[in-house]
Amino acid sequence: MHELSIATSIVEAVSEAASAYPGARVKQVRLRVGALASVIEDSLQFCWELATEGSPLAGATLVINKLPVIVHCDACGVDSEIGGVQSFRCPRCGELAADLRQGRELEIESIELEEPEPKQPESGAPEPMEEHI
Amino acid sequence: MTTRIVELRRGILKKNDELAAGLRERFTSAGVLVLNLVSSPGTGKTAFLERTLRELHARGARAAALVGDLETDNDARRLAASGVPVRQINTHGICHLDAEMVAKHLDAWESLALAGLDYLFIENVGNLVCPSSYDLGERIRVVLLSVTEGEDKPLKYPGLFNSADAAVITKIDLAVPCAFDRELALGNINEIRPGIRIFETSAKTGAGMDGWLAYLAEQARPS
Ligand SMILES: Nc1nc2c(ncn2[C@@H]2O[C@H](COP(=O)(O)OP(=O)(O)O)[C@@H](O)[C@H]2O)c(=O)[nH]1
Ligand SMILES: [Mg+2]
Ligand SMILES: [Zn+2]
Repeated sequence: MHELSIATSIVEAVSEAASAYPGARVKQVRLRVGALASVIEDSLQFCWELATEGSPLAGATLVINKLPVIVHCDACGVDSEIGGVQSFRCPRCGELAADLRQGRELEIESIELEEPEPKQPESGAPEPMEEHI
Repeated sequence: MTTRIVELRRGILKKNDELAAGLRERFTSAGVLVLNLVSSPGTGKTAFLERTLRELHARGARAAALVGDLETDNDARRLAASGVPVRQINTHGICHLDAEMVAKHLDAWESLALAGLDYLFIENVGNLVCPSSYDLGERIRVVLLSVTEGEDKPLKYPGLFNSADAAVITKIDLAVPCAFDRELALGNINEIRPGIRIFETSAKTGAGMDGWLAYLAEQARPS
């Protein structure tokens, strides 16, 4: 069960990134998680609630984009997505393919912030006049 | 209210990865080969390591070991009997070692000079899931699997098996009583990590240790 340490790491990284936008609230955090990243989605969602509780990220949703494994086949010279993680073979020719091109990702892709409207001059107010002397 | 999307594209374990990269550089410049041993609890990591350390010590190689466990220093005491320097890391409930724990214990281990070592072994906490995400700065990740725990372990834990550089099948002295299907186990490992080096050993009888020690010597040789 390392999902809690992972959730805590996400909270730290996102808080740091969001601090560049004062007054903004984090609405959503989007992850890219490879099929081989050894992360269980349900436990990460559960730990996310624990980790964000009482933090500036409380209430933010976590979206987990799962990435399939992609291997490179030396025989075909082609990258292909494989179904599942039980057999690392090129789907075109059936050869074993050791060269992994995707599947271990454990990344924060983006965050969605809600920011207060930038202050606009009130409509109807007189334009500030330049004074000419 | 307006909405803004900020692209981060940042590894979640970036801190650990950076620390591990620093450790790897330190190990490389000290000329020490570092191995991270991972398996389920009870596979025989400590017994295998005990035997490895004893044999290395007898051959005049300079080795040391860091051993991770949730609690107790029993494994460190078992390993210390081999005559090499050993230090225990207790994680107190954390199910894996991370780069920070390794760095902290190496820094506190004042009597140990990395540059004076040929090999440093790190026995991870018994777990086949969590350690796979945490780079410790090792050059070789060794996954162990005993003949008593089922030939399909690699299929159940592909994340870890796929991240390994070498695999060791332990307790082969028990292969017959356990009706161990060797071909099936080797096939499953190869399906998940094609081409990986596989060693079949017994810490009890010493079977297969020569091949493993030859591999260590070959890997330690500066390229
Ligand atoms: N028969 C046999 N038993 C072994 C072997 N290696 C370990 N064991 C036993 O398996 C149990 C667990 O071993 P240990 O090294 O503590 O496993 P660890 O939890 O992976 O460190 C102990 O009772 C060992 O004596 C072996 O090669 N042959
Ligand atoms: Mg042990
Ligand atoms: Zn192919």
